[in-house]
Amino acid sequence: MWQPSCSHTAIKARAELYAQLRAFFSARNVLEVDTPLMSVSGSTDPHLASYRASGNQDAHQSLNFFLQTSPEFAMKRLLASGLGDIYQLCKSFREAEQGGRHNPEFTMLEWYRVGFSLTELMEEIADLVCEQLSLERPIVYTYREVFLKYLEIDPFSAELSELQALCSSQAGLAEVETLDRDACLDLLISVCIEPKLGFDRPCFLTDYPASQASLARIEVDSFGNRVGKRAELYVNGIELANAYDELVDASEQEARFIEDRRARHELKLANVPYDKNLVSALASGLPECSGVALGVDRLLMLKLKVSSIQEVLSFPIDRA
Amino acid sequence: MANFSTNEFKGGLKVMLDGDPCSILENEYVKPGKGQAFNRVKLRNLKTGRVWERTFKSGESLEGADVMEHDMEYLYTDGEFWHFMMTDGSFEQHGADENAVAEAQKWLKEQDVYVVTLYNGAPLNVAPPNFVELEVVETDPGLKGDTAQGGTKPATLTTGAVVNVPLFINIGEVLRIDTRTGEYVSRAKG
Repeated sequence: MWQPSCSHTAIKARAELYAQLRAFFSARNVLEVDTPLMSVSGSTDPHLASYRASGNQDAHQSLNFFLQTSPEFAMKRLLASGLGDIYQLCKSFREAEQGGRHNPEFTMLEWYRVGFSLTELMEEIADLVCEQLSLERPIVYTYREVFLKYLEIDPFSAELSELQALCSSQAGLAEVETLDRDACLDLLISVCIEPKLGFDRPCFLTDYPASQASLARIEVDSFGNRVGKRAELYVNGIELANAYDELVDASEQEARFIEDRRARHELKLANVPYDKNLVSALASGLPECSGVALGVDRLLMLKLKVSSIQEVLSFPIDRA
Repeated sequence: MANFSTNEFKGGLKVMLDGDPCSILENEYVKPGKGQAFNRVKLRNLKTGRVWERTFKSGESLEGADVMEHDMEYLYTDGEFWHFMMTDGSFEQHGADENAVAEAQKWLKEQDVYVVTLYNGAPLNVAPPNFVELEVVETDPGLKGDTAQGGTKPATLTTGAVVNVPLFINIGEVLRIDTRTGEYVSRAKG
């Protein structure tokens, strides 16, 4: 088990990819930044679990840190400081996320464009991905459209019981009674929709239910549904990137952190201190911007046409 | 039995599902970047042999099944049970009923060793080795010289199993049979 799990070809392809990504952003005057992997605050998202690191400050005091689940908070603080367009190529950590497409430690490419609308950022994501993978330009669907197309159900107006019934009949879930609306939608999209997206050409999904907005701005769509201005990119059935029209309202941000804390409490998950520095940064003024996180290991999987993330990692978690 | 959580589901793990012992075949972790994680699991029901596809919320757990596989020597049948003996020196014997023996019945030869799956201490399943050697007790007379190619004919073996064999095979010959396909492989060597 001392040997790398991937080929030397994959290791060299990764080095080449990093150089190309840096050239891509350099040509567009987007600045590379470097922010800490450890922070005293962590991700409050109930579906993200952070690793903890602790160490002694001195003989009397120990400190607890969280390893980042993404560089988002620190990068937004840089944006609020007025730095302008930035990107980062860095490691992120998500506890217990392990499988053919997941490794608990993974490489993320995250970038922010000041003054860009979500649509403009989607164009730039397409520039990068389509060039790397030699693909046609993406097609754009709304979240509602793909549910209607693949499951003949409207994810906004369907009753919870209808969604639960689909989870049982289409996704083989035994105990559906405990699933709430978002969990049902997550399961249905993961099992019944995602595997079909992005095969002829990449596919963006937009206009997520407001409850899944995460850190994206919320708007009302033409059907009167409250939607999160997010866009997820899928290629060959793989979720590759997640873009936001970023929430810039400090009080709304703090309200979502507090809502996360309530949800974590309900799910009997450990409390995680939220990032007060981010709230302060937003309060001082985050410029209107759009941002995106892209899974670099998955991009490399697609580029090398391999089916598991272990084939592009030198030492996945079980060899780390 | 201990409980096993979805992240411990590995191929070969035996768990209880809907009251039946099952063996895990595959476990796929699925999770949207922002959202709930699930595990899509393929399991073989060890009672029926049927493969189930089920989805669990990540972190859910199933009770382990008291299922053990043992090498056992086939002794005899009394018509109702097929009796096997442990090969570990304990001489412990177990009687398998018709449901447990099932298809393996066709390939049971006294003193040969089989893999017997015990569930709560009782035989649940009997698996023959991939190849068994059995004697022909009945077939049409062999055709001299026809060793190269040509047709086949049915032959009945000591166990009662009927397999298609080449025309040159005679009564009393011992044949090597692939139990997975039920097909003739060759004459037994020696």
